[in-house]
Amino acid sequence: MGAMIEVQNLSKWYGKTLALDGASFSVEKDQIVGFLGPNWAGKSTTLRILTGFLPATSGEARVNGHDVLVESLAVRSAVGYMPENVPLYPEMRVEEYLRFRAGLKDVPAKDRPAAVDRVIERCWLRDVRRRLVGQLSKGFRQRVGLAEALIADPPVLILDEPTIGLDPAQIQEVRHLIKSLGEKHTVLLSSHMLTEVEKTCSHVVIVAQGRIVKTGSLEEMRKGLGEQRIVLEVRAPSGRAGEGPAEMARAVGQVAGVTDVRRDELGDGWQQFVVTPAAGADPREGLYKVVAQRGWTLRELRRQMETLEGLYMQITAGDAAAAAKSAA
Amino acid sequence: MEKVLLLTRREISSYFVSPIAYVAMALFLVISGFFFALADFRPGQPAAMRSIFDVMMVILVFVIPIVTMRCLSEERRSGTLETLLTAPVTDTQVVLAKFLGSWLFYLAMLAPTLLYLVLLAAFGNPEYGPVASGYVGLALLGMLYVAIGVFASSLTSNQVIAAVTGFVILVVLAMLAPWTASVVPAPWRQIVREASVRTHYTDFSQGVVDLVHVVYFVALSAYALFLTVKALESRRWR
Repeated sequence: MGAMIEVQNLSKWYGKTLALDGASFSVEKDQIVGFLGPNWAGKSTTLRILTGFLPATSGEARVNGHDVLVESLAVRSAVGYMPENVPLYPEMRVEEYLRFRAGLKDVPAKDRPAAVDRVIERCWLRDVRRRLVGQLSKGFRQRVGLAEALIADPPVLILDEPTIGLDPAQIQEVRHLIKSLGEKHTVLLSSHMLTEVEKTCSHVVIVAQGRIVKTGSLEEMRKGLGEQRIVLEVRAPSGRAGEGPAEMARAVGQVAGVTDVRRDELGDGWQQFVVTPAAGADPREGLYKVVAQRGWTLRELRRQMETLEGLYMQITAGDAAAAAKSAA
Repeated sequence: MEKVLLLTRREISSYFVSPIAYVAMALFLVISGFFFALADFRPGQPAAMRSIFDVMMVILVFVIPIVTMRCLSEERRSGTLETLLTAPVTDTQVVLAKFLGSWLFYLAMLAPTLLYLVLLAAFGNPEYGPVASGYVGLALLGMLYVAIGVFASSLTSNQVIAAVTGFVILVVLAMLAPWTASVVPAPWRQIVREASVRTHYTDFSQGVVDLVHVVYFVALSAYALFLTVKALESRRWR
């Protein structure tokens, strides 16, 4: 069994604007993958290409083994798609809309009522099933969109910003629902928030400025970060000779396992040293000994892990190229 | 075909909950009733509907663009076009359903005018042949106007622009062309005359159903719908 979604070297130009620049990634069966990137990174464009709404300028994409351009109808039958902002017909009733969409998606006429009931249960729409879509709150509209994506029980779900605009309780519910979908469906969801992706997805594709910057499982990514710093805040007893800031930094730098020291004045005599340890080394003990030997006052000694958040911030700050390099 | 019917049904039911469709319908019935009372339903006149059939050609130029303006432009504006076109349906099926839905709504709009016939029958002795052929003509005329309206609606996400575009195309085709035919030099005269709606429409109200006229309406409607499909597909290369 190959990948459910396979994207190869996909590019998209809108006139003279390059929205997507040679993107490649793949999504395996039954994975929940977060498509993470800042606004205007090319997320929606990619999803629109995958669902056959827009063609790519160049490159290839396959969903469920079908080419999105040549076998567009087969792809569309295999995908449940919830576009951003969930466009719906305001004049239809929830139930009526879902029945209509079931018909469009080839659910046989006799199975439609059951299919509608199933998604209404699944997306907690029972109380509003007879209501007009136009009168629903944002949260309910979102659920109708999700119910619509699920109606034909497709193997692949593509959700564009599924929790945007929801209140915290609704976000919880939708996340929970998406997680439960991952057992039987392949899910690709886009988001511009890392926490969102961390809560629901097992894998992530990070995109910035139309380029795929990083892909992989969240776990691997956390491990791969690895790089840590040690933060040390000390103060030398005032007036003692040979204990100027530069000497202190030199002393810290001589501890075994330390490769780099950055010093900051915190005022009132306090010095902060940010220490980069050598790979695999843990110089915390050595640092403590230096402090004790010299009789400095210690107020902080801690390990600082580089976080995904930090990495993602770096990427969203527009430093895509640098992030790609540091990831490689 | 099953999907076309499903989409058509949704289209029609959305017409019947739209206030604008009712406004257009009322407008149409008021104006056409006015002309019927003034021109056809008078003592001493033959019990026929010729004048009303003829004047419909002009009334509908104003009414139909209002009926069709929202059918694709609203989908484009609200984004439902994306959900629609990412479902397993072809662009052609969508356009066909949009057209059928609007055309059936138009036919429903015509239905109350049968009351004129009842009135004529009550007070006179109408000839049913020309009335029947007149309605055939109206159905075909509406087919063309609706197809052009749907095309105009596929070009923009703004309903007003869609209505005006449809209106302009219809004005040129139905009202300007007969006049143009009388002023252009000879070799062009025949071409413009044949392209004009009036040339092919007026025979119907006189009881003549000419195949040439039927072909004109059907072919031109089909062409407008073909262009509509292309306009939808244009998102792929724009």
